[in-house]
Amino acid sequence: MNSILSLAQASENARSFDTLLLVLVLFSLAIVTLVGTLVLVFSIRYRKGSKVTRHRVPRLLSHQIEWGWTSATVFVALFFFWGAASIMVRQLDPPPDAMEIHVEAKQWMWKARHPNGTREINALHVPMGQPVKLYLDSQDVIHSFFVPAFRLKQDVVPGRTATTWFTATEPGTYHLFCAEFCGTSHSQMTGEIVVMEPEDFSAWLANRPEGDTLVAEGRKLFTTAGCSGCHAEGSDVHAPDLNGVAGRRVALADGRVVTADDAYLRDSILLPARDVVAGYAPIMPDFGGILETGEVTALVAYLRSLGTQEGETP
Amino acid sequence: MTDIAALPEPHPATPRPTRSYLGAGSDLRSWLLTTDHKRIAILYALTLTLFFFIGGAAATLIRIELITPAGDLVSADSYNKLFTLHGVIMVWFFLVPAIPTTFGNFILPMAVGASDVAFPRLNLLSWYLTVAGGLLALVSLLVGGVDTGWTFYTPYSTLYSNSYVTLAAAGVFVAGFGTIATGVNMIVTVHVLRARGMRWMRLPLFVWSIYATSIIMVLATPALAVALLMIVVDRLFGLSLFDPDQGGDPIIFQHVFWFYSHPAVYIMILPGMGVVTEIITCFARRRVFGYEAMVFAILGIAIFSFFVWGHHMFVSGQSAWASLVFSILSFVVAVPSAIKVFNWSATLYGGHITFEASMLYALGFLGLFTLGGLTGLFLASIPIDVHVHDTYFVVAHFHYIMVGAMVTAFFGGLHFWWPKVTGRHYSEPWARLAAILMFVGFNFTFFPQFILGYLGMPRRYHSYPPEFQIWHVLSSAGAVILALAYLVPLVYLTLSLRYGRRAGDNPWHASGLEWATTSPPPRDNFVIPPTVDTDPYAYHAAHEEPSERDESGGDHQSSRKDEMP
Ligand code: HEC
Ligand SMILES: [Cu+2]
Ligand SMILES: [Cu+2]
Repeated sequence: MNSILSLAQASENARSFDTLLLVLVLFSLAIVTLVGTLVLVFSIRYRKGSKVTRHRVPRLLSHQIEWGWTSATVFVALFFFWGAASIMVRQLDPPPDAMEIHVEAKQWMWKARHPNGTREINALHVPMGQPVKLYLDSQDVIHSFFVPAFRLKQDVVPGRTATTWFTATEPGTYHLFCAEFCGTSHSQMTGEIVVMEPEDFSAWLANRPEGDTLVAEGRKLFTTAGCSGCHAEGSDVHAPDLNGVAGRRVALADGRVVTADDAYLRDSILLPARDVVAGYAPIMPDFGGILETGEVTALVAYLRSLGTQEGETP
Repeated sequence: MTDIAALPEPHPATPRPTRSYLGAGSDLRSWLLTTDHKRIAILYALTLTLFFFIGGAAATLIRIELITPAGDLVSADSYNKLFTLHGVIMVWFFLVPAIPTTFGNFILPMAVGASDVAFPRLNLLSWYLTVAGGLLALVSLLVGGVDTGWTFYTPYSTLYSNSYVTLAAAGVFVAGFGTIATGVNMIVTVHVLRARGMRWMRLPLFVWSIYATSIIMVLATPALAVALLMIVVDRLFGLSLFDPDQGGDPIIFQHVFWFYSHPAVYIMILPGMGVVTEIITCFARRRVFGYEAMVFAILGIAIFSFFVWGHHMFVSGQSAWASLVFSILSFVVAVPSAIKVFNWSATLYGGHITFEASMLYALGFLGLFTLGGLTGLFLASIPIDVHVHDTYFVVAHFHYIMVGAMVTAFFGGLHFWWPKVTGRHYSEPWARLAAILMFVGFNFTFFPQFILGYLGMPRRYHSYPPEFQIWHVLSSAGAVILALAYLVPLVYLTLSLRYGRRAGDNPWHASGLEWATTSPPPRDNFVIPPTVDTDPYAYHAAHEEPSERDESGGDHQSSRKDEMP
């Protein structure tokens, strides 16, 4: 756990983070020592009245010095960029076997839903060693999902689903903070991340009441909200078939071709007039004022599950 | 080709003008309607001092609240309003205008050998705009406060905050025009009012830094105006620019806001760099090391500052490639800053260094700026930023640059030019004591915050888990010293106005043109318009070793032999 000087290192990212941090700290120490020594030595040696001889710096030499440290700093800057960027690029995509958890942020709490529908508030239990991919939505303002022990932070912006991922490596209980200022009780918008041994996690999960999974909720909504009236196979309305829509390349009426990612699916539901599919009339109603954020998330999850059934995503 | 190193010839037969700029009247009218750049500078200085202490009072309350983990001194809402007040006042009503409107106004025209700025009346208007904006902001804070943070992030500020956002945004909006007007004034002054012989490459680096700052002010502040205007119309007319349910995008605001606010960081620090160069050269009796490199570094910083705003948004969900581009540019912008640090250090080489209070401030600046800049490299590294973004690490980082470096430079300049502005000396021992206290108090306050940030303490938290307490207590203890250090100069500087020794025209034997006139200067600065035939910082011939300061009297060093190239 945390002590007053050290922070638990509880995810794979935390290790590479701490290495990079250490390198930067040592480099900074070296520079501070260098500048500090120069200033101190010059201040003492060349203080007024000291008898040392002052040599002037010839013009040519001073140019060489100038170029010397300029190119040295450029080199160092690029070197650090390369180091940091390569760590970042490595961590960009979650492994394909990641477990998917949906998190919803709202003033001022975190709600999580496991793949089997188990729900938690201001807490998240995860198994150790298992990559976890988070889908994050906000119902109101911008929040930020911050787990210091994982060196993980992701803003949760209303209107778009953010994703991030981690693999926990140390069992324990860690802080979850909201890092983006979100109003009165921003500092109360905290929770616990509980990392468990896989067996413990399965036992824990088995003891929790199962809720509807997100996909199941989406499937229900697809009928109750009236989507199936147009999109179901036997419908008379001319509307696109949504089987395997996720990840598909879609040609739009205005000539653009886009990939049907989460944001596109979401926009299709909330702002259908923005991206009209080529070959269809813009008759799909605008569900913006009708569905809640959580319901849209469920519908998108359901549509995505249709995609995976088809084995569509390349 | 300009290897000549003669100092500006003192005009032997200069008739001493009878009246200084202060003699033009002392009633309120003579001040409020003045177009004298020096008096306007004083008006600004008084206004900014007031704002500085208001912002400082808010900071004090924040630091007291944070001594205990529970939020027990003020309510959560009041706490949110306090840090918003602190940020808004300090950024827009102290840091941004601090040096350009005070020393920029007072010293720059003299440093280029002009009798006033290019547009004296516009200059006065700038002050009124700043005051009007400041009053609007203060009113919004008095009637109920604002709780969005100085960053006004949407959609919180547009759809959710029930505080006086519109009024505060309007205040900053109005003050922004004051900033733009000041920028225009400085740019034109440098372009058209330079004395004869004052070529671009003879301009003191202080002038260069204000010039570059002014360009940023003129180009970037409109973006701020746009950002604020969008918030105001969104709140008043429900435009839903940032409401995702209506097709708006909350992130657009961040782009526009940081497109201004990152360059604004350099609006705040560049002038400080200029001031410090004047001081270090003067008290080391040395030409600045690498004058050209310094000029290019200043311009480079000004240009690059416009292309790094996305480093504030690494975790906002912007595309990975955008983040990589902003990351590399942020690393690159560190290079000119590093060059400046090395050049200042090298300027000390072979000098005849004395340690007056202003020099202590300048050396303090050097240390704090180095630390602030180095921690900037941490933040430019994406993986590190992901962890420390929106934590106390960032808080510490920008306070090192803006308070550690910039406010220290401000105090350095204040002590350096005080004899010129007032004609009096302050108490040197007290001034040195304050400089040291400020350095110690500052590090004591803000260094623990780096550790807090690494440990994961988020910023803008009214209450926090108990394991962070020890670092908060240390930080608050340091803040006591820092607060004290800021109050001490208020006392001895005020006393010096009445009891201070007469300073004479050039007490530090400095080389700038502003020292070639009387202290305090006459209304038109120079009795005979000066001409320039030397490089800046001609404390010694370019081809000679530096020599000691000649204390035997006379305004300038003697025994310089000129040599034609
Ligand atoms: C009145 C009939 C109608 C209803 C009801 C309806 N849609 Fe549609 N939908 C359409 C039509 C027509 C299109 C194609 C034109 C367009 O893109 O607007 C479409 C397009 C879409 C697309 C984009 C498909 C693609 O291939 O890119 C998605 C996703 C979608 N709808 C989801 C939904 C969901 C979810 C609901 C229920 C909340 C719903 N629709 C309700 C008629 C309907
Ligand atoms: Cu929050
Ligand atoms: Cu920035």
